[in-house]
Amino acid sequence: MATEILMPALSPTMEEGTLAKWLVKEGDTINSGDIIAEIETDKATMEFEAVDEGVMGKILIEAGTDGVKVNTPIAVLVTEGEEVPTDGAKAETAPAPAALNGEEGKTAAPATAAPVPAAPKADTTPDWPEGTKMKTQTVREALRDAMAEEMRAADEVFVMGEEVAEYQGAYKITQGLLDEFGARRVIDTPITEHGFAGIGVGAAFGGLRPIVEFMTFNFAMQAIDQILNSAAKTLYMSGGQMGCPIVFRGPNGAAARVGAQHSQCYAAWYAQIPGLKVVMPYSAADAKGLLKTAIRDPNPVIFLENEILYGRSFEVPDLEDFTVPFGKAKTWREGTDVTIVSFGIGMTYSLEAAERLAKDGISAEVIDLRTIRPMDTDAILASVMKTNRLVTVEEGYPQGSVGNYITSVVMERAFDYLDAPVINLTGKDVPMPYAANLEKLALVTTDEVVEAVRKVTYR
Amino acid sequence: MATRKPTAKSNVSAEELQSYYRDMLLIRRFEEKAGQLYGMGLIGGFCHLYIGQEAVVVGLEATAKEGDKRITSYRDHGHMLACGMDPKGVMAELTGREGGYSRGKGGSMHMFSKEKHFYGGHGIVGAQVPLGAGLAFSDKYKGNDNVTFTYFGDGAANQGQVYETYNMAMLWDLPVIFVIENNKYAMGTSVQRATKSPSLWERGAAYGIKGEEVDGMDVLAVKAAGEKAVAHCRAGKGPYILEVMTYRYRGHSMSDPAKYRTRDEVQKMRTERDAIEHVRELLLQGKHATEDDLKAIDKEIKAIVNEAAEFSKESPEPALDELWTDIYA
Ligand SMILES: Cc1ncc(C[n+]2csc(CCOP(=O)(O)OP(=O)(O)O)c2C)c(N)n1
Ligand SMILES: [Mg+2]
Repeated sequence: MATEILMPALSPTMEEGTLAKWLVKEGDTINSGDIIAEIETDKATMEFEAVDEGVMGKILIEAGTDGVKVNTPIAVLVTEGEEVPTDGAKAETAPAPAALNGEEGKTAAPATAAPVPAAPKADTTPDWPEGTKMKTQTVREALRDAMAEEMRAADEVFVMGEEVAEYQGAYKITQGLLDEFGARRVIDTPITEHGFAGIGVGAAFGGLRPIVEFMTFNFAMQAIDQILNSAAKTLYMSGGQMGCPIVFRGPNGAAARVGAQHSQCYAAWYAQIPGLKVVMPYSAADAKGLLKTAIRDPNPVIFLENEILYGRSFEVPDLEDFTVPFGKAKTWREGTDVTIVSFGIGMTYSLEAAERLAKDGISAEVIDLRTIRPMDTDAILASVMKTNRLVTVEEGYPQGSVGNYITSVVMERAFDYLDAPVINLTGKDVPMPYAANLEKLALVTTDEVVEAVRKVTYR
Repeated sequence: MATRKPTAKSNVSAEELQSYYRDMLLIRRFEEKAGQLYGMGLIGGFCHLYIGQEAVVVGLEATAKEGDKRITSYRDHGHMLACGMDPKGVMAELTGREGGYSRGKGGSMHMFSKEKHFYGGHGIVGAQVPLGAGLAFSDKYKGNDNVTFTYFGDGAANQGQVYETYNMAMLWDLPVIFVIENNKYAMGTSVQRATKSPSLWERGAAYGIKGEEVDGMDVLAVKAAGEKAVAHCRAGKGPYILEVMTYRYRGHSMSDPAKYRTRDEVQKMRTERDAIEHVRELLLQGKHATEDDLKAIDKEIKAIVNEAAEFSKESPEPALDELWTDIYA
């Protein structure tokens, strides 16, 4: 049975090429894998291997021919003793070898209309039962307790990072952990973020539950490849076989006067990545409940803390095992005139602003996202449908901010409810300056929140 | 490091010794003043003092010629003073004022001077190492004989990018001197708790890079080693590593629990190995200077530092529209 050999594509984008050279002549015996020709394009030269076996019956395109279209028959292969079919007779077509990076056939999405989403409803179940005994704790203590409790509960949980053990943590979050759990489980690393982040990911693949502390998230940029390409994507790439239960935690965002390389909020960056969960607590109770959830979560969790909040005290439920679920926002203050959505340190400004606005008779509802991915968009939508106005507040840069995403969700799902354009308040679009006066200007402030609310409420 | 008996080297002139003394003293007094200003709230954020390590930069700067470049970490005040940057401009940057080298926008960790070929001032541990090799690349590319002094700490020496850089620097014969300032600690982690390598400079051997250990409390030893390294680089033989054994007397930054070493250890270094004291003794014993001469130098330095401090207080904060400048060229 004669077989046509077709002009191959060397790359997904190749449409035609030059048949530079034949390495066989008519009558030669050919085995699969033999190099039979050289094909050139403007980008590359490739050797063309035979797929089928047989005898070179006829060369249809001569060596040196330019502009040979992909899939044009260039030769006919026959079996031993077989005649080359004459013109017009049908030869079976051998498929051209697959392109190196074959672009998969893109199937269009089914044209069915998207189902109308159900009216969003905020989950307002309380985080702890009414009447629970409370204790006052700093965010720092709450984080430490969360780790200690989870380490007591499971031997697979360990902490690793720079200065976490003997020094008790650069910001004292791991205070006392070395004493209680020993050097096997509380591990000082050299200053090698890319390396120890990768070792953490490997350990998670191996069945452990690492908590990797970055001294600050600025230094996680050294390790960003392991976080994105190894931790976030492996579950997907392994077809669900192998996940990565790991927590990357540490202070994020601006501290005070530490300049451009040490002052940046990464919330929006990580929130972009499928496969990661992104948490940014404001209160001590959330810090504790969310960190415990993070440690138990089977996925990589980016846990963004804030140096300025570490020392702040809040009421924390005094429960044996207190956790806060991911994807559930918390309404700190109910209101009717405007919705303010924020997270992390942005909550400080949002709550202060709401307090001030209340004095002027403007009632603001203040929502703390707590987890940025997964995001509780239902809570936002339900609130916006009630107040009809929205201001988002965060410390990160404006372009591609978390607020931008929230705005797009509100536009798509609650456009008709909006009575004013949404305002996204962010840090200024500049690297953080060192000078005290400029640093103040670069950060988002309570004044700006008040002003934005006045603008959207036209008051 | 054993206690050293000061021995006046015959080939060192009085002038030269006096200039090392002056340069090291300037750094020490400047840093002490910076510490004071920090305590007064005039300097904010992180402030990493160089006290104890003065001989490293002074010895190496003595081997540099015009056109040579230098780059370092956040512990950068000494490097800037040693390469001739104006103490007023450095101090005013520490206070975040318009008169600072970065017009108040960089701060202690991020200062630069194109004129003095000082390329920063970098806050991310280890990141300056490939940058230094890149500066050397630019000189090699242009075909001149400049070298780049690339300073980094013992802690930074464990970052992976250092070794990627070693490989390329050697592969391409880049004229870069890797200066490891081994002050024994990276924050609270001693060298021995961060690596089992017996020495840091020897790691270069894996890439074929020559190097040596240097007594960083002896400015003459630093200078001698620097001369060798510079000659090697200028001759086109590629990179060279100097692991300079030194010591920081103060905390890592301004807040430091200092529980990772004993007070005795610090005290012992200060009394037995101090680099400035060493030169002082060489000057006096070799009759290169009298007590009065040295007092005059002390006074002169004090005046420079006070003037810098005054300037740094009086210089105004940057204009508010500076927030929006220098983001794009
Ligand atoms: C990539 C990165 N990780 C961590 C830090 C925090 N940090 C700042 S200085 C330092 C110690 C560095 O020690 P070493 O390199 O020995 O320099 P020295 O401070 O002793 O001059 C650490 C861990 C940082 N700035 N950058
Ligand atoms: Mg060090």
